[in-house]
Amino acid sequence: MTRFIIRRLISIPLLLLGIVSIAFLISHNTQGDPLASIVSERQMDNPEVVAAAKARWGLDKSLPEQYVLYLRNLITGDLGTSFRTKQGVGKDILERLPATLELVIAAMILGVGSGIVLGVLAARFRNKPIDHAARLWALTGSSTPVFWSGLILLYIFSVVLGWLPGPGRLDPRSVPPEFMTGFLTIDTLLAGDFAAFGDALHHLILPALVLGWTVMGIVSRLVRGSMLDVLSQDYIVAARARGAGELRVLLNHALRNALVPTLTIIGFTFAYLITGAVLTETIFSWPGIGSYAVEAARNLDYPAIIGVTIVGGTAFLLSNLATDIAYAFADPRIRLS
Amino acid sequence: MSTAPLIEVIDLTIQLNTAVGMLEAVRGVNFSVADGKTLGVVGESGCGKSITMLAIMGLLPPDVVISGSIKLRGVELVGMSQRQLAGLRGKRMAMIFQDPMTSLNPVMTVCEQIIEAISIHDRQASQNAKRVRALDLLQLVAIPYPERRLKQYPHELSGGMRQRVMIAIAMANDPELLIADEPTTALDVTVQAQIIELLQRLQRERKMGLMLISHDLGVVAGIADEVAIMYAGRVCEKGPVETVFDRPHHPYTFGLLESLPKIDRTEDQLVAIPGSLPTLSMRPSGCRFHPRCNFAQAICAEADPALETVQDPLTPGVVAACHFAETALYTDQGAGS
Repeated sequence: MTRFIIRRLISIPLLLLGIVSIAFLISHNTQGDPLASIVSERQMDNPEVVAAAKARWGLDKSLPEQYVLYLRNLITGDLGTSFRTKQGVGKDILERLPATLELVIAAMILGVGSGIVLGVLAARFRNKPIDHAARLWALTGSSTPVFWSGLILLYIFSVVLGWLPGPGRLDPRSVPPEFMTGFLTIDTLLAGDFAAFGDALHHLILPALVLGWTVMGIVSRLVRGSMLDVLSQDYIVAARARGAGELRVLLNHALRNALVPTLTIIGFTFAYLITGAVLTETIFSWPGIGSYAVEAARNLDYPAIIGVTIVGGTAFLLSNLATDIAYAFADPRIRLS
Repeated sequence: MSTAPLIEVIDLTIQLNTAVGMLEAVRGVNFSVADGKTLGVVGESGCGKSITMLAIMGLLPPDVVISGSIKLRGVELVGMSQRQLAGLRGKRMAMIFQDPMTSLNPVMTVCEQIIEAISIHDRQASQNAKRVRALDLLQLVAIPYPERRLKQYPHELSGGMRQRVMIAIAMANDPELLIADEPTTALDVTVQAQIIELLQRLQRERKMGLMLISHDLGVVAGIADEVAIMYAGRVCEKGPVETVFDRPHHPYTFGLLESLPKIDRTEDQLVAIPGSLPTLSMRPSGCRFHPRCNFAQAICAEADPALETVQDPLTPGVVAACHFAETALYTDQGAGS
């Protein structure tokens, strides 16, 4: 097991090199000129300014030269400087990634938790009203666009009812806590500011619900399917034959087996949301990595684009590894073979 | 202890709710098992053996309609709540299944599954006491290295070992009745004999009632006191095992015995009963066996014969459901075939 993990960890940098190279090639070969976001429109006709800008950002060098330069910097941990924010891409990402992680983790907890409960109920009461209601609820969740459900929920809970705050991570009038983890819910607690903690938590609820609803839709359908599959197995009848009650059969026997295939989709969804939560981030003015990625792409901000790609790629590779490890823990047949 | 038989099945009829309507899987089945006795139930696949056993255990899905009576020491089980039945299952009546490869939960260790069977019915037992009992049970079913086996998962055990574990689980609470549904069908021949021996030993030591479902006539002849032959959802002949096998009265029983390959016979071909078991929805009128019966007459297609005592001084205690039970096979009473 340990050897397996080490081997996988070693392969991650190699895979990342591939991801970086592809991202580098694609972004540098797109139609469009990054200078448009560096040099103002009026200065574009001024060859001296353009040449100076090209030299400043290394765009005057040939593509292989730029590639080698980028990789050399990358090894030292330097992700380059963003054309747009004019600060280090690494710094940009560190500022924004925790916001996304906080949102995605909260959404995953809500979505996976409720998805499992709903999936188990739907399987247990197959073709009964609960099953149909769960199906409708899950389909609504996974097919409603976030920009719509987000706005509607904001309108209901923030504008009409006033129960929850509007967009953003904190009340704009409050002073953010000192940056430690970047998770506002944790940083406020570390600072001992419980009022700010409550505020951060309140701001987190709606976006996490909106994002979690989609996750719940996927997870509940998958759990239902694999529960139904497991419930028809011989060992379920055997468990009943030894006197196991309904709850024990469902949770100890069926769910434990049904979760194994679900782990894959949980890991995948988590990684996907790291860069894929952009709509939620936009609706809720959440300064996360997704919106940063969109801005980078719009401005053909090469360093930022590649930087975000590295983040997304790493998220996928790590969550894949975590899924495989979780698999081994969940299923002894995988652990030992 | 009351005088009521351990298990008594009276006029049991089981109807399945299918897409083509209600289908009768089993009709008018009667038998009983006394303490310390073994009933062998024999019949082709699909004749209703297994479903009858599941009905006794209360393990059929709720949409299956059961009528008639199943009494465990005089207590009616038909119509009993699932909660009450679960209290009896694994405690007073236990069951082992055909395929030990799929009857154990793959993600639980042997120890967990044995201890589960103990703790469902004995909530007071300490963890340590349960472990000791689990170890005793593995020793009881003659599993070598029981300490090591306890920690293992089902996939690490051979088929024979798994069936022993299933038997250990079934024996966990010292049941009065053990139902073994083709316990050796999925096993190697050498292992089959060991498992049958084990069942026989346990039954003698514990004075259990044993119901052995099998289509292996040799096994049934060796272990059972009584035998019930089932065909197409009905019992067609029942009686003391030697008597029935020595001098069958139902043409189906005769056919089954004839189809056994015999070492002293020199025919090139095996003798088979012509035709095949009718499906649930296409059961013939009258005697269900008549289309395949060499002795069928006009009345056989019209009237379904009742299960009645055979008037033959050589076979006391035998009942058969055949219009010509006395005459079909033995024209000269008492002379043999």
